[in-house]
Amino acid sequence: MIKVEGLVKRFDGTAVLDGIDLAIEQGEIIVVIGPSGTGKSTLLRCLNFLEQPDAGRLTIGDLEVDVTRASRADILTARRRTAFVFQNYALFANKTALENIAEGLIVVNRWPKQKAHARAREILERIGLADKADAFPASLSGGQQQRVGIGRAMAAQAEVILFDEPTSSLDPEWVEEVLGLMKQLARERQTMLVVTHEMSFAQDVADRVIFMDGGHIVEQGPPGQLFGSPKDPRTQDFLRKVLATQVAL
Amino acid sequence: MQVLDFDYMLGLVPVLLRYLPLTLQMAAVGMVLALVLACGLAVIRVLRIPGLNAATLLFISFFRGTPLLVQLFLFYYGLPQLMAFLTQINGVTATIMGLTLHFSAYMAESIRAAIVGVDRSQTEAALSIGMTNGQLMRRIVLPQATRIAVPTLMNYFIDMIKATSLAFTLGVTELMGATQKEAAGSFLYFEAFITVAIFYWIIVELLAWFQRRLEIRLNEAYRR
Repeated sequence: MIKVEGLVKRFDGTAVLDGIDLAIEQGEIIVVIGPSGTGKSTLLRCLNFLEQPDAGRLTIGDLEVDVTRASRADILTARRRTAFVFQNYALFANKTALENIAEGLIVVNRWPKQKAHARAREILERIGLADKADAFPASLSGGQQQRVGIGRAMAAQAEVILFDEPTSSLDPEWVEEVLGLMKQLARERQTMLVVTHEMSFAQDVADRVIFMDGGHIVEQGPPGQLFGSPKDPRTQDFLRKVLATQVAL
Repeated sequence: MQVLDFDYMLGLVPVLLRYLPLTLQMAAVGMVLALVLACGLAVIRVLRIPGLNAATLLFISFFRGTPLLVQLFLFYYGLPQLMAFLTQINGVTATIMGLTLHFSAYMAESIRAAIVGVDRSQTEAALSIGMTNGQLMRRIVLPQATRIAVPTLMNYFIDMIKATSLAFTLGVTELMGATQKEAAGSFLYFEAFITVAIFYWIIVELLAWFQRRLEIRLNEAYRR
């Protein structure tokens, strides 16, 4: 169970997150949508302390901290309980697909190398890249790189995987395979918080869709409700614009 | 024009070989010390450690801004007048000191650029899985910075090997000093200096060969 209360993040005095409250149940799949620059990515980055929040309380399992007073140990704990999937994959360029997945297990969890590699091979199997174990990121397609990125997050066995626009940098031809893998994780009830513009993914997979605008959660609910009968004019306006371009929905 | 005296040149080879170790030793020790110092300076610059950062900038400015020969004379002839305990400083030590400080100033900047050159998102990825700053540096950033820095660092090493020849101005009999003595005895200046030139050339070519091998190995991960 993950809980955020009153989360605030300012950049140069401007509040990008203006008091976010959010609770995520175990096994819940939440999709966050909203216009660019409304703090969706910042929310994810604050949960992982990639950005230092300016105010708020954060609960991840038995870790409960005032974010402004989080010690280095608290921050490491928060990071180890949340895994992150980056828009631009951010794979370690000097390591193979297998090593990218095993790295955290070896360095952070202090597993012996053999055990970590065995686990990494299992994960490669699950993400359909068993034959690419020894390939370096530079030789993989965008879709394959992002699947390794997801594999690295899976290895962390975190309470939640945070997806920051995981398909936005991909050529259209690779989007399906990445969404497919995410759907597979969703079926396994992996807790996920996904920022995306893929409305059909939200429609099919999410337990709850959150619409953010101006650093606030404007509206949230099951996808049928949020897409079918949005209440707030801002949600209606955003969905009208987005759905006009995503005809396939 | 006179024909070259090849027999003299061949005879010079074993003589010069005896002084080669000292040349290589000064370059190797200088390189190791310069690398260590340069890494420290680079980290200070990257982390912008208050106070030390300004001092580092001044250090780099001075040692890049003045000729190596002037620095060597300063250490060998000048400093002992200032600090009595340095009266015992010999030419070899002064040379290594000069090479270390001079080249570390250059190398610090190329190491700093290499560290900064590693894609920032990989740093975030490492932090996101819970690595500490030290782990992130050791496992992700420095191995990749090494690859970026190797070509320029090898250039400085090559430069440093050639710069050891300045030690002869401090009375050190290394490769250049020995050649100078031989030439003064035989008056065969051209033969003597072309021989020592070939010596340096071969050493540098061997290093360049090693550098190419190293770069191929370091680039392994980046072939598409």
